[in-house]
Amino acid sequence: MKRWFKTLLPWLLLLAGVLLAMSVGRSHISAHDLWQATLEGVLGWGDAQHPLAQTVVFEIRGPRVLAAILVGAGLAMAGAAFQGLFRNPLVSPDILGASAGAALGAVLGIFLSLSIVGIQLLAFVGGLLSVGLVYVVSSSFRQGDPVLLLILTGVVLGSLVGAGIGLIKYLADPYNQLPAMTFWLLGSLASTTADDVFKLALPIAAGGFVLLLLRHRMNVMSLSEDEARSMGVNTTRIRWVVVVGATLVTSAGVAMAGVIGWVGLVVPHMARFLVGPSFDRLLPASALLGASFMLLIDTLARSMASIEVPLGLLTAVVGTPFFIALLRRAHRSWA
Amino acid sequence: MLDGRFELIPQTYRQLGQWLHRAERAETLARYAESLMTQVRSRLVSVKAGQGPRVYYARGPDGLETGLSGSINVELLDWMGFNHFGVRRTGGLARASIEEVLAWNPEVIITIDQQFAETVLRSPVWRQVDAVRHNRVHLSPKMPFGWVDFPPSVNRLPGAVWLGRMIYPELFKDDLRQLAQSFYKLFYHVEPTLQQVDEVLAGRD
Repeated sequence: MKRWFKTLLPWLLLLAGVLLAMSVGRSHISAHDLWQATLEGVLGWGDAQHPLAQTVVFEIRGPRVLAAILVGAGLAMAGAAFQGLFRNPLVSPDILGASAGAALGAVLGIFLSLSIVGIQLLAFVGGLLSVGLVYVVSSSFRQGDPVLLLILTGVVLGSLVGAGIGLIKYLADPYNQLPAMTFWLLGSLASTTADDVFKLALPIAAGGFVLLLLRHRMNVMSLSEDEARSMGVNTTRIRWVVVVGATLVTSAGVAMAGVIGWVGLVVPHMARFLVGPSFDRLLPASALLGASFMLLIDTLARSMASIEVPLGLLTAVVGTPFFIALLRRAHRSWA
Repeated sequence: MLDGRFELIPQTYRQLGQWLHRAERAETLARYAESLMTQVRSRLVSVKAGQGPRVYYARGPDGLETGLSGSINVELLDWMGFNHFGVRRTGGLARASIEEVLAWNPEVIITIDQQFAETVLRSPVWRQVDAVRHNRVHLSPKMPFGWVDFPPSVNRLPGAVWLGRMIYPELFKDDLRQLAQSFYKLFYHVEPTLQQVDEVLAGRD
């Protein structure tokens, strides 16, 4: 493939994803009506014949498309950044407990019968707190490899948080709260409203922006600590900033869509197959591919059946064969 | 274990009465349940099961959690033969697709969630459905337990009449305040004032 094509491909996929997501759904409205409603709503042209089409475009599919783009792009970028930071291709954005902490917050919110805003807020704060705690605990050790200590602390505290989730699920009312919790833990954009998107766009955009700004330096981070230092890069500070950026993105993503595994782990690898390991191109490509992938998955989730299918199931079921096929064709190393 | 199915409430009371040596009291409650069920049934003879107005049963703060046919949560709606959203497939609680609900266009919404009952009236999405346009969104009474679900309990006895009144007002002309007072007196040994009864019927916290 030509270089320009590889750069263009993720953009084309995103465009195709948006068009697909906007035109497919359970209410059978013709593409013509949808297009009319979009033109009317955005530019004020013509007169839309179909009030339902307007609602579908601007209140249902529009916000969900934006949310899918934000969450997919955010998780994939956070995953790519963490894989570079920890020099490990098996790392995903939840390695430091951001997803687990956010999940604990959300499950607690459901347990206490809070409002949607309350649940989202608890999830967001839970993710930040959990990673903050991991960071504080791991920096309190004076000896040892700081990166390894960070991962180990993350894994250990993550399992403690997991126990907390288990406890709340155990205490929850099995007919009333447990289904909501289970559904939430599998991820969904079903209840996304335009309001939510605006609220959560800010932390995701801020975190994503920080990661994109740092993408040149991240190349140095994937060298060993000593090598990076010898090149005059303050690894401790950059590591901290990357962790903060990725945590913001992940916590806000989980607060909006629930726990969605897989994307943050595998999409960066897909991007690496396409554009190579340099973060200058890897990070934007991950963001675009993550967004396109999430659009595809969410479109399936809301159109397959008359009830919503959880996203976390689909990402794994759709993504795994796709990824295995990619692995077969890949000739280069991905580390 | 006792069977908690709605239809078996009289039988369950009798069984309990035997075990607890309170057969007389249990018999009173069982008879009440039986006569109430017969009454409700007789009002609905003219209605074919699965016909009638389209009813959407909404749970959760966003209203998109609903019960499929056969789930304990919509047992009462099934028993009354309503044409409800989940009736076309069996299962437990599920997340409904908002587009599907819009396309189905429910004429009545029954909800147990106070937050949803309030926000639905302002939501630009839900304003599209007939139930909201014609002001037929009903919040279920829930003192001391839910009348329809949450949890599914003996309170579904007055709940059946309440549902009937909300969905077929022309068939159920019952005085709900009176019903609530007599039910609470018989089952819970309390005599709420009319004001308290109104608060219960409003379904709010």
